Amino acid sequence: MKPALEIKNLCKSYSSSQVVNELSFSIAPGEVFGLLGPNGAGKSTTINMISGVARIERGEIAIFGHKVTPHTPEVPKARRLTGIMHQEIVADPFFTIQQALTLHPGFFGIKRDPNWHDYLIERLQLGTHIHKSMHQLSGGLKRRFMLAKALIHKPRLLILDEPTAGVDVELRHTLWQFIRDINATGTSILLTTHYLEEAQQMCSRIAILKDGRLAALEETDKLIQHENTRRFSLHLRMPLKQIPEALLSFEPIMDQNGTRISLKTGHTEDIGTIVTQLAASNVIVHDITSVEPTLEEIFLRLTQT
Amino acid sequence: MHFYSNNHEFSSSRAFFTLLLKEVHRFLRVWTQTLVTPILIASLYLFVFGATLGERISVVDGFSYAQFVIPGLILMGVINNSFANTSSSLFMSRHLGSIADLLVMPLTSKQIVAAYTLAGMLRGLLVGGVVGLISTQFAVLPWVHPWYALLMAVIASMLFALLGLIAGTFANSFDGLSLYINFVILPLVFLGGVFYPISILPPFWRLISQCNPLFYLLDGFRHALLGIGDIPMGLAFSLSGGLTLTLLVATIYMLERSTRFRA
Repeated sequence: MKPALEIKNLCKSYSSSQVVNELSFSIAPGEVFGLLGPNGAGKSTTINMISGVARIERGEIAIFGHKVTPHTPEVPKARRLTGIMHQEIVADPFFTIQQALTLHPGFFGIKRDPNWHDYLIERLQLGTHIHKSMHQLSGGLKRRFMLAKALIHKPRLLILDEPTAGVDVELRHTLWQFIRDINATGTSILLTTHYLEEAQQMCSRIAILKDGRLAALEETDKLIQHENTRRFSLHLRMPLKQIPEALLSFEPIMDQNGTRISLKTGHTEDIGTIVTQLAASNVIVHDITSVEPTLEEIFLRLTQT
Repeated sequence: MHFYSNNHEFSSSRAFFTLLLKEVHRFLRVWTQTLVTPILIASLYLFVFGATLGERISVVDGFSYAQFVIPGLILMGVINNSFANTSSSLFMSRHLGSIADLLVMPLTSKQIVAAYTLAGMLRGLLVGGVVGLISTQFAVLPWVHPWYALLMAVIASMLFALLGLIAGTFANSFDGLSLYINFVILPLVFLGGVFYPISILPPFWRLISQCNPLFYLLDGFRHALLGIGDIPMGLAFSLSGGLTLTLLVATIYMLERSTRFRA
């Protein structure tokens, strides 16, 4: 089966600035793929080139095998299979939600499916707002409408550009659950978000961009496992006034009470040796908790200069 | 809910007609602004030149001034509204960011130009048609070649709808868009022979007027309605049609290449 999305040597520059630089990756059918990076890393520009908002300067993009090459008959086929929820609120102010969702499948060359339309309205709780226009909607409702609009033509590749930016916790959970359900139907998802914890939970693979280039591309679990560091919290029986000298090489952080010290170690270091050394100095450890590295730590290490 | 249940067969023509429908819906939704206002303005012109001055002035032998000026006022309604529809629609979508919705649609540049242009033409021809109907209250025209008149109105609406797309692509602000209207469209209208035949102008100004594309549209349209004109009707149609086709190709090329449309 052809990849949901295949990008080869993609490049884009604005003025003299290279925004996307020789970027290559692919997304398997049915996969949830995270494209992460700090602001200005080239995520939105990449997404814009995939969806058609921006031109491809150099390189290739294919969606389910249909190349997004300008002025070829393949482009409409690729566009038909793609749905995008833009980062900014994008909607025509002349139309109500109902009118926009009725017209939108036609823009993608397909007949409106009333069952699917009603399902989206129900799942995204837009029913009581259906006759409102965009300027009458709250921020959360606008996000829900944007997701309905991205899905109304039943795309096989759904692009979500920071879908939960500026929405409250409850709506974020609702949206992620709905996106999981959409993915379960076989829809491939390309996701960008600054909520790295959510990306870690949602995405089977993650690419991290820095200055328009790939800084990492890995299965999410492996990406985290490859991280050489881990953190331990040592819970002490008696409070300390200062950090013991034996721990200074482990970037220790002591809490205000002096009863807990957090250490950063490599995977090869033996925590038992550290505890023994402390016992020799009359510092008794009565509990140890291990904290695995998070995607956020890996992200910061890869993207900070 | 089964996601890929049915009805997901792609039809390019459906995409095109939906965009056309959306553009028509856009101007019908604000019909008082897009249809009633221009018709009211044209009716005031008709009142001034038809009911008051029309019978007292004559610039062409055999016709009252009202009869002379009515074809110009009809065509003015056509071109102003064709231009306004496409320019405001495209500029507003760029300004509000909703152009992103247009750019992700599975449509070619030719289809986008065609949908916007046809909607602009429809608005222009609707206004022109109603102005034509109202004008019958002030003067009766001989309608010598009615089909030619209709064809010229169609050409004029298409030419100015295309110009509107170019203006909507290149305008950076509302002020910028109004510059096109005030410094391009308005001079073309007033110097193109709407209110006078260019044959009464001094030679230099006559030459200038002959460089105005609106002159050929207007002369051909008036010729078709009244049976008189400053130049042969065939020449007016050839030049107007040729210019419109050239602009059509240029506009499609512009949308395909311009970074102002697609970054």
